[in-house]
Amino acid sequence: MSTSATFRVWRGDETKGELVDYKTPVSEGMVVLDAIHQIQAEQANDLAVRWNCKAGKCGSCSAEINGKPKLMCMTRLSELPLDKPVTVEPMRSFKPIRDLVTDVSWNFRVKKEIKPFKPRTPDAPDGTWRMAQSDVDRVQEFRKCIECFLCQDVCHVLRDHKKHEEFIGPRFLVYAAALEMHPLDVEDRVADLKREHGIGYCNITKCCTKVCPESITITDNAIIPLKERVVDEFYDPLGKLVKIFSRRKKDA
Amino acid sequence: MPDFETIDHDVLVIGAGGAGLRAAIAAAAENVKVGLVCKSLLGKAHTVMAEGGMAASLANVDDRDNWRVHFADTMRGGQYLNNWRMAELHAKEAPDRVRELEAWGALFDRTPDGRILQRNFGGHRYPRLAHVGDRTGLEMIRTLQDHAVYLGIDVHMECTVVTLFKDGDRVSGAFGYDRERGRFKVFRAKAIVLATGGIGRAFSITSNSWEYTGDGQSLAYHAGAVLQDMEFVQFHPTGMVWPPSVKGILVTEGVRGEGGVLTNKNGRRFMFDDIPENYRSQTADNEEEGWRYTQGDKNARRPPELLTRDHVARCIVREVREGRGSPHGGVFLDIAWIKAKLPNAAEHIKKKLPSMYHQFKQLADIDITTTPMEVGPTTHYVMGGIRVDGDSQMSTVPGLFAAGECAAGLHGANRLGGNSLSDLLVFGKRAGEYAATFARERGAVTIDKGAVDDASRFALAPLERAGNGSGDGPYQIQHKLQGIMQEGVGIVRRDAEMRKALDAVLAMEQEAERVSVPGNREYNPGWHTALDLRNLLTISEAIARAAIDRKESRGGHFRDDYPDKDPTYGTFNTTLSKAADGSMHLERIPIPPMPAELKAVIEENK
Repeated sequence: MSTSATFRVWRGDETKGELVDYKTPVSEGMVVLDAIHQIQAEQANDLAVRWNCKAGKCGSCSAEINGKPKLMCMTRLSELPLDKPVTVEPMRSFKPIRDLVTDVSWNFRVKKEIKPFKPRTPDAPDGTWRMAQSDVDRVQEFRKCIECFLCQDVCHVLRDHKKHEEFIGPRFLVYAAALEMHPLDVEDRVADLKREHGIGYCNITKCCTKVCPESITITDNAIIPLKERVVDEFYDPLGKLVKIFSRRKKDA
Repeated sequence: MPDFETIDHDVLVIGAGGAGLRAAIAAAAENVKVGLVCKSLLGKAHTVMAEGGMAASLANVDDRDNWRVHFADTMRGGQYLNNWRMAELHAKEAPDRVRELEAWGALFDRTPDGRILQRNFGGHRYPRLAHVGDRTGLEMIRTLQDHAVYLGIDVHMECTVVTLFKDGDRVSGAFGYDRERGRFKVFRAKAIVLATGGIGRAFSITSNSWEYTGDGQSLAYHAGAVLQDMEFVQFHPTGMVWPPSVKGILVTEGVRGEGGVLTNKNGRRFMFDDIPENYRSQTADNEEEGWRYTQGDKNARRPPELLTRDHVARCIVREVREGRGSPHGGVFLDIAWIKAKLPNAAEHIKKKLPSMYHQFKQLADIDITTTPMEVGPTTHYVMGGIRVDGDSQMSTVPGLFAAGECAAGLHGANRLGGNSLSDLLVFGKRAGEYAATFARERGAVTIDKGAVDDASRFALAPLERAGNGSGDGPYQIQHKLQGIMQEGVGIVRRDAEMRKALDAVLAMEQEAERVSVPGNREYNPGWHTALDLRNLLTISEAIARAAIDRKESRGGHFRDDYPDKDPTYGTFNTTLSKAADGSMHLERIPIPPMPAELKAVIEENK
């Protein structure tokens, strides 16, 4: 590996910004976040970046590296061509705050709009439940989510069409799926998914699945099954007939 | 005159990891107005890094387990310096706290009959850790976070508290800034719960993130509270050692719980060479028995890899020092060997230790299902912290509570793995409840205008100095301090080196007063690092002073010049408080006698 590399880092705020080149030494095993920290310590003390665990577990250091949404802490320099500058930019689906830090507060507001977990009555007299590992497995996949919001960043409904007010994005469809498929949950979120959460906007391009650092099969395992539930409830012709007739009977 | 916003709460919780969230939930349940402040975004606190599980004697896997055994294990692990009341409450209440998480949506791994599965861990006699693969901390923080957001708690994200205010003897509020714009906030509160976590950033090799600068311990100390047991820092035996950029990142004890073994460069399982006397009767004396234990054989004893963390860490240091280490200065941790025992070993490992598999594959190019890992000790946890009342978690300052890692007492001289997550829940809840009660019973507080002016002057000084073109950079100062602590007050300690380190830390206080930062107040990490320095220096001084005073080896505190445990040091806690002249005052406070009933519990579990 070469002994130094150039990082082309976006510096700026909500009003303006530009890419600035920093040359810094690189060594074996380094990840992009190490390079950013080195630049911050030695050349640009005020370079704004979020990070915490540095082990791919907290989902704080999301950015676009050479145009691809990734966690900086899990992107090794050895995966990148270092003969040209490595571009590091903030997530573009969210408003910039400063440098690599974006305003992700929208995500926290969206979550509150999804109906919370509501368990069935306990199975045992001591107030506990019984669940088979096989039933838990399916939901555990969704609960691996580290809320890095890279799926939100790459989703064209949010990124290009700015449907933040009408569509909750892949992250919160995964969240809704984890609740809907939770073995104990008895709440019904299907109508909300259609009307409030805009699930119909997703046209299953699977970009979210591709960028997920936790390898959650977002589209196939979470979004499509939810879409099927919506279809079952609202667009099933047989079901519609049954509903019409049962209503008539009541009227009669 | 400083520009600031004043925000009123009955209870202000500082820190939003497991303890802070649990405290906020408990306080909100008491119908008081609750504020929650955290340095990062919600859900990113260090709790997400906890891997192995939370210890609670549910007895789902081994019905011989109960609170008495858990209590005795915790006290033995802590070498009897623990606050025995906290150890008792923790052992008794942990099962309910775990079940409560399930009622809030947590999905733990299951037993064949559908109950919460429990795994083995160092120092726990029976399989006791409720877990979710090796990402239990994430499950816990997300469950608490998703429960809390619906309770009407005011969350102030990316906000750092710089100092606490007092009204007479009583705590009355806090001064902080938001990271986004650097705006000052004055929080007026009738009670405050500190839940700020640890001090790992005082050392160069650590599993802790930038946040863990001893804020709670230092804020409490400067507000007049007492710190105790600060000499007891836990160096987790297994951190990554290669490549350099990941040095210190945690490798879960769960690897050893699932059958992973430690070997030196000669392939020897060196942990069999040194089994402490008080654990001998509980430890396997051959490899076969150790393996059977990890696979759930109730008649087998635990392998020596699952001895307490302090002991395993020292054995690793010994192997490396005596030239039997791995190529990059650690030892080998091998889980791949279990393919000799299990037909589907690779799949089994990926299922049980998914994030470890991922972490090594991605960061070190190592497939742990085929290749041994290289590991070495990393600064992980501080047993010491704010001295609190065992029942209420109130510090010696009225209205100031502490829970989780920043509080002291439960773990004594050494914490058992898995006891941290349950600590957060048990004492987070207690602190939140007692803080709410305190807030309801006491009248309003006022905040002194002069104190606000002082706090804002302190906060702005590093930026103003940069304007004058003077002072040193914050990262360089922090880095230097980490080197001093790692070298002088690290895993193996000696009197002369510690004194040298203490002098150096004290000398650095002036350096920190000259720190200067370029840029402005908007999301400026250099400024944030500068403001954290005071906390780091305060707790570094506390660690060094306490460590020098304890002339013996016990738990996380190991001294080359006093390698043995000395019973006279087993009767007191070392405490530190701020004297009237501003200097740090050390005092040995005797441990109150244990009630006969608890003594009997320890005897029956000997």
